[in-house]
Amino acid sequence: MRYGLFLGCTIPTRQMNYEQSAREVAKVLGIEFVDGGYGCCGFPVEPVDEVKALSMAAANLKIASSSGDALVTLCSACGEMLSKAEKRLGDDVEATKGVGKVLTQAGLTYSGEKPRVIHFARMLHDDYGLDNIRSKVVKPLKGLKIATHPGCHYVRPSTLFSGFDDPEFPGTLDRLVDATGAEAIDYQGKTDCCGGGILAVREDVAKAMTGKKLAKLSGKADAMVVICPFCEIMYDKYQKTLEEELGRQLGLPILYYSQLLGLALGIDPSKLGFDVNSVGVQALLGKVGV
Amino acid sequence: MVPDSIVDLSEADTRFLRRLEAELGASDLSRCFQCGVCTASCPVREVESSFSPRRIMKLAKMGLKRQVLSSDTIWLCSMCFMCLERCPQDVRPPEVMTVLRNMAAKEGVAPANLSKLLYILKQNGRVYSVDDFTNEERGDRGLPAVEAEPEFIKRISEAKA
Repeated sequence: MRYGLFLGCTIPTRQMNYEQSAREVAKVLGIEFVDGGYGCCGFPVEPVDEVKALSMAAANLKIASSSGDALVTLCSACGEMLSKAEKRLGDDVEATKGVGKVLTQAGLTYSGEKPRVIHFARMLHDDYGLDNIRSKVVKPLKGLKIATHPGCHYVRPSTLFSGFDDPEFPGTLDRLVDATGAEAIDYQGKTDCCGGGILAVREDVAKAMTGKKLAKLSGKADAMVVICPFCEIMYDKYQKTLEEELGRQLGLPILYYSQLLGLALGIDPSKLGFDVNSVGVQALLGKVGV
Repeated sequence: MVPDSIVDLSEADTRFLRRLEAELGASDLSRCFQCGVCTASCPVREVESSFSPRRIMKLAKMGLKRQVLSSDTIWLCSMCFMCLERCPQDVRPPEVMTVLRNMAAKEGVAPANLSKLLYILKQNGRVYSVDDFTNEERGDRGLPAVEAEPEFIKRISEAKA
């Protein structure tokens, strides 16, 4: 299995724990990732200039298309932006014209290339398969209770993801967690947004959204599993501040799915980037005996 | 001073709705029948009572351009798309928000933290800059070096169209 790997802006600079664990996991599973000259997907500038955002996405799609491989994104927002551009460019005559103008000025072209774009977790679920994951697990994470946070752009808008998962009751990440031997718990508000989308606009509102879910899950799960760097930043990097503001301990480790799967595949934790995680994972690692 | 809850229709301009509807993202705005499923589904609303996507749809539909584009609340949608899934009229409120935000940005009223992103991408080609330390750390972790400043992103950010 071979895929192009789309890293985006945040992961290769601020969230190396995701990239490191994803690459280590891929090695063990026999998945080849090919790097290739990609840049910002466009998502960050969409609020102020959607045509520029779509232009950036189009330029990346062109690069991916020339490689001939399907493109795996680790970030859910990148996946959604690139998938949206594939749908919009063509359907939306005005936007397509605008993108054409921007790209011409930038000395680039886009001729409607639509390589397959797939989120890392969906690739594991749909392409690699749960049975194949189970067959590679050497250290089942028995007894671990995990609250999954599928996040928003992984499954919504559902019209972009051709029938993948359920926008109201997403279950693929839970099944991926169960495949490691851990138990994905059910909880109310699983689909609630982390707040990351408005962090730059109203930090207080974003943090209130983050704190609400953390307070609900603290003490009820051994860890939360995420698959998007914005969710990780909100739940992990802001957890200490939220503890101070809420005046209570939360102590909920936040793991990328690739870190959890890495443990189940028997990968040495030192290769899974846990040093980047702000909330301590020592107790959790102790619980699974590594 | 008119309280926020009262709508002053003296500034209503129906041409604004037509202009919005010309954009694909807001093409079905006139279908909105104010059921309120968007606001009831909204995780931002749960923690911030000033935010009501339903009210934004209503003001936009009534052609209250100035009130809508100068409102802080159009920037509060977190783009979780739950209302888009549930809207019985398929209005797609988050896409309407993007159309409104883009119009407001053109008029120079986008929050500074958002408008500066395009400038940062013009300068660096990346949202977070990559320096020697970044690639050194990547090397230590067995990760391949990344291009410091992707030129094509800079050129797209600079383009005037």
